Amino acid sequence: MQLHIKTDESFIAPYRFSNSPEALARFPFPFPEDSYMYSVNLEPHVRVGQGVFANAFDIDEHYVGECGDRARALAAQPGVHYVSLPHMMQAQWDVLELIMESYARDFPQAFELRKQGARWTWVNRLLGLEDCFTFGDPASLPMEPFEYISRQAQGDWVLLEERDQTLYIGAGMTTERADYSIRFDLGMSWHEFHGPVPLAHELGVFDKALKFMLRLRTNHPVRRLNWTTTVFPRLETSAETLPDWGPNRTMVTPENAGQTVHLRVELQPLHRLPRSNAIVFPIRTYLAPLAELVRHPDWGRRLHRVMRSLHQDLIDYKGMTRYHAAMVQHLSQFDTGA
Amino acid sequence: MSTDTAVGLIPVTVTAIDDVTPDIRVLRLSPEDGHYLPGFSGGSHITVGIDLDAETHLRNAYSLMSSPYDTSHYEIAVRRVEGGRGGSRFIHTLRAGDRLGISSPVNLFPIQIHGKLHIFIAGGIGITPLFPQLEELERAGAAFEAHVSCRHPEDAALAHRLAQRFGSNVHVRHTSQSGRQNFGSVLARRPLGSHVYICGPAAMIAEVRATACALGWSGSHVHYEEFVEQKTGKAFDLKLARSGITLRVPAQVSPLEVLEANGIAIPYLCRGGACGQCETRVLQSDSALEHNDVWLSDETKARNSHFMPCISRADGGMLIVDL
Repeated sequence: MQLHIKTDESFIAPYRFSNSPEALARFPFPFPEDSYMYSVNLEPHVRVGQGVFANAFDIDEHYVGECGDRARALAAQPGVHYVSLPHMMQAQWDVLELIMESYARDFPQAFELRKQGARWTWVNRLLGLEDCFTFGDPASLPMEPFEYISRQAQGDWVLLEERDQTLYIGAGMTTERADYSIRFDLGMSWHEFHGPVPLAHELGVFDKALKFMLRLRTNHPVRRLNWTTTVFPRLETSAETLPDWGPNRTMVTPENAGQTVHLRVELQPLHRLPRSNAIVFPIRTYLAPLAELVRHPDWGRRLHRVMRSLHQDLIDYKGMTRYHAAMVQHLSQFDTGA
Repeated sequence: MSTDTAVGLIPVTVTAIDDVTPDIRVLRLSPEDGHYLPGFSGGSHITVGIDLDAETHLRNAYSLMSSPYDTSHYEIAVRRVEGGRGGSRFIHTLRAGDRLGISSPVNLFPIQIHGKLHIFIAGGIGITPLFPQLEELERAGAAFEAHVSCRHPEDAALAHRLAQRFGSNVHVRHTSQSGRQNFGSVLARRPLGSHVYICGPAAMIAEVRATACALGWSGSHVHYEEFVEQKTGKAFDLKLARSGITLRVPAQVSPLEVLEANGIAIPYLCRGGACGQCETRVLQSDSALEHNDVWLSDETKARNSHFMPCISRADGGMLIVDL
């Protein structure tokens, strides 16, 4: 894929964000039918086509803007967005290796990894970096290996540790999180950190998904899509910064919903990590305003039907309570009834 | 890195053979030129594809014993089993330069990284996963000790290698000379946060577990990996009710191996009847089922409502399953 990276984006006010026609064409629209409910929607992460499934970890035209927004958020609130428990160091090196090898293989024009034994050189042409370090030696990098590589990797990254037949959150780089706190969730088990999700527990989704996750094998990643909505193209919607972005929910009207409401799709390609036996849970977020999505006629109609029929518990959980009616009213004009 | 496909295998070449005892052979398996094998953690195993003849495709599981920090090759140790299915005898005929297919590693026997003291009790060929496990612990600066039982001094070559590599933390006992290991003395009066790992024959696992239980150890701190010998049986027909296919299961091949050889992928991990992944519903059988697994409850086995195709089979006739 030819990468045309935008260099002047802003994911906080004043916002500067849009998708090119090429980016919109590969947008991972998450609704295969006219209604939505939770399911164990995991499938093998087989690389296919030219879209977002073409690579192990996708990057796109927003790469530089997102890395910049991550650096901004980390500087603004140290200790809030990046956390790691001391015993996760092996998993940190595992994920550094996985991201570097994947990026260098899948985007050779942008990244290069040279190895001489444990002495590695990493070249990131998009951010203008070239660093030499010793694999396995934290002192050879300017920061912890997971922070180092995830500052250069699009999307959020959570590391799950396997212990006692369940998974615990052991580390996270989460400047793009959809209304939770990684500090609060750190050390929680699978069922604990999924505790707030409505309806899915009763459906048995988390029991089944955990069973599936525990049998995840090295070299056999799986993926799933998740979604929510956000007002304005704001990636960093942390629980900690709710006062900064929560009031935006009151500004949506049927007239402006096409510009203000953004569909937020999370591509999650889960990989078993080889030496630590941990699992990396990437959350690669794709944003698009409704006005861009409805240019695809099938998407406009389907968005209206999905949103109109959405269960009230999901409307509340996904934070849409204040503007759901305005959004549905806006979308109705794109549902021709066919 | 070399990768495998959904049911396919990673191609490797046997690049070194070391017959450490008359019965135990260590093989070095190397990837294609310029590639590395997948990284792994101590305690992982791979499965090796063994094609005895045109109809007989076996998959045997072996623990990795090479360093997790060098994936330019793997090492496995294979004990020759007389009268088995022939997989280990086949491996003992291999020569340097021969090619094999292997699966990606899976770890069902991982180190508990929060442990304060790691005690290993191993017997026979069960010693192999200890090599990478102790290396991980040594690197992490964790406290560990290993108690290895060998019947005769001539069987102890691998145990002595382990002792050479990891020093006085490794205790080797020749049971024909010194008598059996007293597991009670190994397990008694251990500090909180100790974990014990048992790797050896089923009788040893059962005895150590019972001893630990009697001494008040919590089950969550007792870990074991059972190596079950694949048994041969009678050939039978396996009918897949949903797809309407009938497959012949030869005497020395497991039903799981027959499914895989025909491109039918079902979940599996341990291939030894312990992990539960391949549990399959039985619809009908006109012969007795041989349940060789430790996963299903005795009631389920008596009802014959399910079976584990990795290790169990029908005693001839036709078995109809929900696949």
